[in-house]
Amino acid sequence: MARIKTLAARERGVPPLRGGHALCQGCGAPMIVRTILDSIETPTIVINATGCLEVATTRYPTTAWNVPWIHVAFENAAAVASGVETAYRALHKRGRLDETLTFVVFGGDGGTYDIGLQALSGALERGHRFVYVCYDNEAYMNTGIQRSSATPFAATTTTTPAGSQAFGKAQQRKDIAAIAVAHGIPYVGQAAGADWQDLSEKAERAAAAEGPAFLNVLSDCPLGWGHEARLGPRLGRLAIETRFWPLYEVVDGWYRLTYMPRKHVPIEEWLGLQKRFAHLFANDDRSLVAEIQRRVDADWERLLARCALSTADSR
Amino acid sequence: MLTGTSLLTGAEAVAHAMRQIDPDVVPVYPITPQTPMVEAFAKMVADGACRTELVNVESEHSAMSAAVGSALAGARTITATSSQGLALMAEVVYIAAAMRAPVVVALGNRALSGPINIHGDHSDSMLIRDSGVLQLFAESAQEAYDLMIAAPRIAERQDVLLPVFVCQDGFTVTHSAEPVELLPDEVVDPFVGDYRVPYPLFDLDRITTQGPFAMPDSYFEHKRDQELAIEAAILAVADVADELRELTGRKIRLVEAYRLEDAERAIVLLGASAGTVKDVVDELRVAGERVGLLRICCYRPFPNEEIRLALAGMRTVAVLDRALAPGARPPLLTEVAASLYGSRVMLRSYVYGLGGRDLFPQDVRRVYADLTAGGSRRSGYLGLKESS
Repeated sequence: MARIKTLAARERGVPPLRGGHALCQGCGAPMIVRTILDSIETPTIVINATGCLEVATTRYPTTAWNVPWIHVAFENAAAVASGVETAYRALHKRGRLDETLTFVVFGGDGGTYDIGLQALSGALERGHRFVYVCYDNEAYMNTGIQRSSATPFAATTTTTPAGSQAFGKAQQRKDIAAIAVAHGIPYVGQAAGADWQDLSEKAERAAAAEGPAFLNVLSDCPLGWGHEARLGPRLGRLAIETRFWPLYEVVDGWYRLTYMPRKHVPIEEWLGLQKRFAHLFANDDRSLVAEIQRRVDADWERLLARCALSTADSR
Repeated sequence: MLTGTSLLTGAEAVAHAMRQIDPDVVPVYPITPQTPMVEAFAKMVADGACRTELVNVESEHSAMSAAVGSALAGARTITATSSQGLALMAEVVYIAAAMRAPVVVALGNRALSGPINIHGDHSDSMLIRDSGVLQLFAESAQEAYDLMIAAPRIAERQDVLLPVFVCQDGFTVTHSAEPVELLPDEVVDPFVGDYRVPYPLFDLDRITTQGPFAMPDSYFEHKRDQELAIEAAILAVADVADELRELTGRKIRLVEAYRLEDAERAIVLLGASAGTVKDVVDELRVAGERVGLLRICCYRPFPNEEIRLALAGMRTVAVLDRALAPGARPPLLTEVAASLYGSRVMLRSYVYGLGGRDLFPQDVRRVYADLTAGGSRRSGYLGLKESS
């Protein structure tokens, strides 16, 4: 288990992703990237889907990356990783490469839940050994906050605005972790940038898995969520404590909670800090907030059942 | 393993070339008429005839994506496709060229949907004509084999570093058996040599960022560099062709001039239908007609100089396109016309063979009759069933 001193020591040397990039103040993505890469012992190769992280860290002729990094397009990061990882095995087999390398893919929720889902599914089914990290900020933030299938129910985006006849996104977000689990891969984890220790441990376990590993990591987005930059970690923590974003892992198909929130924190404590949910509090009608709470509770109960726990265990 | 002369289809010839090249990685997705290439090759891998890692990806988009990742990581990579598969991978074909990934692609040319059709024409090749990749067209299974052996050498030349497509007409070449002479394995191996890219992703001593974001201050220069690379490929094709001729006695070419020396009229096309045209040229020559054929073997880069040299003295030239450019003149015609701009050559345009319709000798005779008649018909379809 990586200690904070170990991670800090790695940052003091040659950090895998250095400062000076153009990601927004308060963006959750670089913290997630550094926590994950600093937690992996071997040299890493990064495969990046098109998105904020790619655009803001590699504006030619500059780069913020001190590890080998490749980007090809938006929907194909898992396919590119399949080729890179196969090249690694082929060159090892022929004695043209000695090093042990770990392959880490970073894609946003748009590049993972939506346009990249087919490539991801194919790669998981074929069993390529890589760690696929979805940094999930719940919408297409790079192109200006459009709805994705990761956008939560009732959130406003530029393509699901609230109006006199609409309350934001009408659909529930997709359970991408369960989709990854359905491929029978050895490791799936849900984590959040706000809990670095949990994320670091999951990154280590994902890198050690003998096959594909998938991490879905909640990342705040000050621009898209509409919050003060300094509130990013607090929002991540509230997402965990309200059980909107439970921390769990699935090892060889078996679910396990990695963090049990101590008490019930109502969902409005998380919603109320974000402009994307401000319309839910515009008048005295709290029915949509109650509906969100009902959905969060129902998802939580289903997750507990998957973890062979009951509601009683969580009180 | 098979060497010497055997009866092989174009697809099988490609599979044998692939086994002899023994690429590190082959990511591939099946589509008619490419399937016999990958089926035959998969069996060779399964039997241990080569050491390639075969990756059965879930789409052609992923096939080319994996190929780019593999080739830039430092592994020799080949894939194969046709038609809709090429249409699906087209986004990544452009990026492969821009990232200078020397991937070799065997293409069984097939009509694009719609309507859906599995048979041969060149519309798939035309879809990627401006992508920045090389496209070499084979007339026969033998030439498909020779081009496949040459392709890695051309693609991997350090002044080129671009994808090379080896194109053969679907079914007409991919599925038709003819005698093919294979080189011995011990000749192919040193000819192809070791794979090398200047900045392999796996090089931990020289860490690279590959595929960065280019703004208006650099995009233009990147594209210009790509243009310089594909222009350099004209020389690369010619050089590798010379080297291969030392081994095979056969010549792969930028253009093939057939009985053009004293010709006054010529027919120009790409691919397998050249065989039919050659027969008719022979027949017309016996009758004393001064006619020949110019087969364009290297479609990208387009050999403007060679075409001008071969055709500039002609009276009339017919360009036969196996693809349409709806709303504009057919693609091969416009490029041949541009090559001949300023000359006095009269051009006629014909479209033939869409969706696998055969080109018959009588169609070619009709073209020649048009060329000599001096009439007003300047263009037309060959073999089209006109409604009465």
